[in-house]
Amino acid sequence: MGSKIRLALAAFLVFIPAGLMAEPGVIAVDTGTTAWMLTSTTLVLLMIPGLAMFYGGLVRTKNVIGTMMHSFAAMAVIGVLWMVVGYAASFGPGILGGFMGWKNEYFLLQGIDESILPQGIPEYVYAMFQGKFAIIAPALIAGAFAERVRFKTYILFIALWSLLVYNPVCHWVWAADGFLAKMGAIDFAGGTVIHITSGVSGLVVALFLGSRRGYPKTAMHPNSLVMTLMGAGLLWVGWFGFNAGSAVSSGLDTARALTLTQIAAASGACGWMLIEGIHHGKATSLGFASGVLAGLVAITPAAGVVTPVGALLLGLIASAVCYIAIQVKNRLGYDDSLDVFGIHGIAGIFGAIGLVLFLRPGFVSGQSSSWSSLHQLGIQSLAVIIAFAYAGIVTFVITAILQKTMGFRVQEHEEMAGLDNSQHAEQGYGLIHIN
Amino acid sequence: MKLITAIIQPDKLDCVREALYAAEIKRITVSRVTGHGQQEPDEDVYRGVKVVPNLSPKVRLDIACNDEFVDITCNAIISSARHCGGEIGDGKIFIQDLLDCIRIRTGERGGSAI
Repeated sequence: MGSKIRLALAAFLVFIPAGLMAEPGVIAVDTGTTAWMLTSTTLVLLMIPGLAMFYGGLVRTKNVIGTMMHSFAAMAVIGVLWMVVGYAASFGPGILGGFMGWKNEYFLLQGIDESILPQGIPEYVYAMFQGKFAIIAPALIAGAFAERVRFKTYILFIALWSLLVYNPVCHWVWAADGFLAKMGAIDFAGGTVIHITSGVSGLVVALFLGSRRGYPKTAMHPNSLVMTLMGAGLLWVGWFGFNAGSAVSSGLDTARALTLTQIAAASGACGWMLIEGIHHGKATSLGFASGVLAGLVAITPAAGVVTPVGALLLGLIASAVCYIAIQVKNRLGYDDSLDVFGIHGIAGIFGAIGLVLFLRPGFVSGQSSSWSSLHQLGIQSLAVIIAFAYAGIVTFVITAILQKTMGFRVQEHEEMAGLDNSQHAEQGYGLIHIN
Repeated sequence: MKLITAIIQPDKLDCVREALYAAEIKRITVSRVTGHGQQEPDEDVYRGVKVVPNLSPKVRLDIACNDEFVDITCNAIISSARHCGGEIGDGKIFIQDLLDCIRIRTGERGGSAI
């Protein structure tokens, strides 16, 4: 690993100043690509209210506001943090031996006013596009510890997590000089960077903080599956920006990513309905939404590199794998409340590794003669293990410190009263009460 | 036969249900209600303005039981519905005589129908 990092560092010293830092005015803006990237950026932001609705509908009535605020708070907190240091720490040239990036010009986005990237898009668009990914990653985690955390501590948690987990992993995988990128790890739109890190982190926090009071004996019914379905629908739509935007182009790669995304989401939903139909005799709406998500997460790392049939199978199998993972969770009895690990973690890992089985011929023929699918499988697995271990350990440390100092978990009486009342002094559904 | 009506704080519903269940009282009806008693309602905050709602949300339990179960039921509720040993707003229990009770499925009447 050390040699890889040194290699990455050396590579950055030679190439990056010429590559990423385009001279103002030298590259013309490609209006087509820019228009699509602006649209994608907006679509990815649409996923956050989608996620708020998806998660918000799944919790009990007394926690609906608290849960939706977890998503919305990420929009605000990470929205600011990304502009201040996040972009610099993720996409600046590597420092500290390639552990993270840094570039003074990116601090507070001061130095990109005139910058046009080689793809022909203003760097502002790229920074904002990536910023939306940084927002959704911590917002995803919140589902694992829904209904039982203090809002103040949560804010600090997502800020620290973004700085210490997201930015480094994002740098390793997506920055031009990141060591996982150099190794050849394929992560088209964030299967490793977003779904594996958030899935594992959710699992760690859920295990550390313990189950909700009464889990699993007390029934904890979703307050509105209607809202959950709408949220899943918004996520599906937003995912076109998430995956097809990650091509940072407006052409063939974009079209491929969009097609594969649609196929995997649909086959994921079909897969889950089929499994539930066989297992229980009825397809549920929550199962449908889970299948959509499993398919979308699985195709995320693979959206540029597999065949349409590959996407179909990835979606189908992802549903089956996630379904089994949730059955296992129920057996083990830990409280990953909204199955962040069961869906995002498991489907993310499956997609990152499984994509090797379905690589499209065009991708394979473009590789050097020393390339083999077994070698790629090794690289994919290594990237997954590194992201898994790093996110797990750092999240554990952050959570332990926050719990000891501020208290991460709410007091029991606050939990029983609900987060809406205890954390926000509000009620989600005022009309239920006559006043 | 008695009809026991208990008005409790919403956050104590789980505790009360667990206590009743432990005391083998398993036939209950639960509804969301609003009202006011001695308790000052919680302040809500809307866009920075503190609003005192004129009614507080409460939970109402209706339990019909034979006379020998009245104390068991009431004790279970009293012991589980208190906040920190008892606070204003913890609620009330009303007990009334119950004239008759009919099980719809069989048509049987009286104490055995409960």
